[in-house]
Amino acid sequence: MTPVPNPVRFKGTDSYLTNEGLQAAVNCALTLQRPLLVKGEPGTGKTLLAEAIAQALGHRLLTWHVKSTTRAQDGLYVYDTVQRLYDSRFGDGDVKDIRRYIRMGPLGEAFSSPERVVLLIDEVDKADLEFPNDLLHELDRMRFRVTETNDEVAAKHRPVVVITSNNEKELPDAFLRRCVFHFIDFPDAELMRRIVAVHHPGLDATLTEQALKVFYELRAFTRLRKRPSTSELIDWIAVLKSQGVTDIKLDENLPFLGALLKKEQDLVSVAEAFGRGRRPRA
Amino acid sequence: MYLPFFYELRRRGLKVGAQEALALAGALQAGLHDSSLDGFYHVARALLVHSETQLDTFDQAFLAHFKGVETAGLELTQELLSWLEEARERPDLSPEELALLEQLDPEEIRRMFEERLREQQERHDGGNRWIGTGGTSPFGNGGFAREGIRVGGKGGRQGMALMQAGARKYAGYRDDLVLDTRQMAVALRKLRAFARDGSPDELDVDETIAATAKNAGELEVVTRPPRRPNTRVVLAMDVGGSMDPYAAVMSRLFSVASQATHFKELRIFYFHNCVYGKLYATPQLTGGMTIPELTAQVGRHHKLVMVGDASMAPYELSIRTDAEGHYKADGLEGLTWLMQLAQHFERNVWLNPEPLGTWRSGTISVIARVFPMFPLTVEGLGEAVAHLTRGRTVKGVAARR
Repeated sequence: MTPVPNPVRFKGTDSYLTNEGLQAAVNCALTLQRPLLVKGEPGTGKTLLAEAIAQALGHRLLTWHVKSTTRAQDGLYVYDTVQRLYDSRFGDGDVKDIRRYIRMGPLGEAFSSPERVVLLIDEVDKADLEFPNDLLHELDRMRFRVTETNDEVAAKHRPVVVITSNNEKELPDAFLRRCVFHFIDFPDAELMRRIVAVHHPGLDATLTEQALKVFYELRAFTRLRKRPSTSELIDWIAVLKSQGVTDIKLDENLPFLGALLKKEQDLVSVAEAFGRGRRPRA
Repeated sequence: MYLPFFYELRRRGLKVGAQEALALAGALQAGLHDSSLDGFYHVARALLVHSETQLDTFDQAFLAHFKGVETAGLELTQELLSWLEEARERPDLSPEELALLEQLDPEEIRRMFEERLREQQERHDGGNRWIGTGGTSPFGNGGFAREGIRVGGKGGRQGMALMQAGARKYAGYRDDLVLDTRQMAVALRKLRAFARDGSPDELDVDETIAATAKNAGELEVVTRPPRRPNTRVVLAMDVGGSMDPYAAVMSRLFSVASQATHFKELRIFYFHNCVYGKLYATPQLTGGMTIPELTAQVGRHHKLVMVGDASMAPYELSIRTDAEGHYKADGLEGLTWLMQLAQHFERNVWLNPEPLGTWRSGTISVIARVFPMFPLTVEGLGEAVAHLTRGRTVKGVAARR
């Protein structure tokens, strides 16, 4: 893989703020033309990163949401045998032309696209353990062969591949070696302030401060099963704004707590801890 | 220049190889690090680290290789001074410049030096040596940043690479720490294997085509049973006594194992210190079945997982009991019962929460000769699972290890 001599540098977009580490990782992936593997807590914007890259570079975004039943083959192409059988039985269409029954998957579509695209392989860890291994060759060479027709699908422009993982399964070493890795840290208060400002421009400064204070206090509360993350904070502030709440502090009357905490036990333990006026350990 | 850093990483257990080295060389050649140590830190981290469990190791190696946080500032300043001297001796400086340098106060020298650095950076752009005697920015950058002045003039950074590495933010993600439930579940999930079993309700395309062809084109649909999990596990845990400190990790292991949906069968038993003829159904050591009963009921292909510290008084290994666990002079020794278990199950492991350092002595070393023993950490559990799955016919997992 020869590095692209003069690549476009990724600096984030108006609505997606990055830090130096993330920019370095994205730029490495762009320059070396390797897939970018992104991990991090849920709600830190792993999936949004692909959209931001697509937007910043002006490329089309293709998304492949991986599920537990997804096979690597599905991403390349699907040979619709059942339809062909059906057609042969009932005489609809031209059964001799296999190509009519080959449907490109997201990866196949990205390869055959006339211009460079951004391909998001979302939650790669959801699939079977062998899934990443099965994609090694295709992601390396950016080409594959349709066995039924013996056609080769090769990428005219190597797509920018962004892969996200939630750590449900470990990924094989051989796969990891081919990727540029980045772990998205949880944003600190300063970055979070900027993120909130991007999503809720013109929000009252005191409300922002109060919301952030409550948010980080909640996150520091160690008994929580699922700690609130960025996306939950953004939603919560949206609710606060729409309901015209102006003054909040962390006590039993915290408004719309359900937007921040998603587990019954968490709501109970927060109510217990703060109902009696006790403060959490910061 | 960065090769010693590679060996530092390898020495610390981060398996970086030629592929990573080439990738990093490519990135540096393309100038992705902006000729700065900060940039190098981020680029190297993106390319050399493959999992958040390795981030802490990387940070430590980076710290060790590029000196410590405490000393970094001081040494960089010394480095700067030596560069300043060198600059004065450089033949390509005009006498006017030299004179200028001589009479400047420290602030202005620094400013001049900053300019010089910037000049050199531009001149050396082609070579792009991220660090070194050429005087490109890294040292200057680090040194000046400490004083509140940046050579590169780039604002809004998160902090110097060494500072960032020194914060050791990723220590919580190390994988040699004792397990949390999620990591355990991930490790146990590798134990699964599938077999086609049950009622045929999945369309078998290949067979359907073959049958249809044989049937002279009349559509004939063939179905097959779907894939179902096919792993059977016997889990036996040591309770009470010396295991009390590990109660939390044991209960987590138990909850993960009992929640796991990818086992066809999971039997959980308890014992105290050593197995004496019988495995119990409850942690209070009631119910359960004798070893002969167990080996008669479950096949050789069940996977046996023993969990315990294997630490006891040496005589406890040689207490003779009958299969009901009662003392009997002509019964079998505790160690013999363990051997019977180990011999019956083709694949067996012993998970030990005790630190590895204590394994070479006492009863642990004896039991480790009966069962393959692994530490109860993410790494250890992974190795244990790999050991359990080895030798089975399903391709993939075993071959990868």
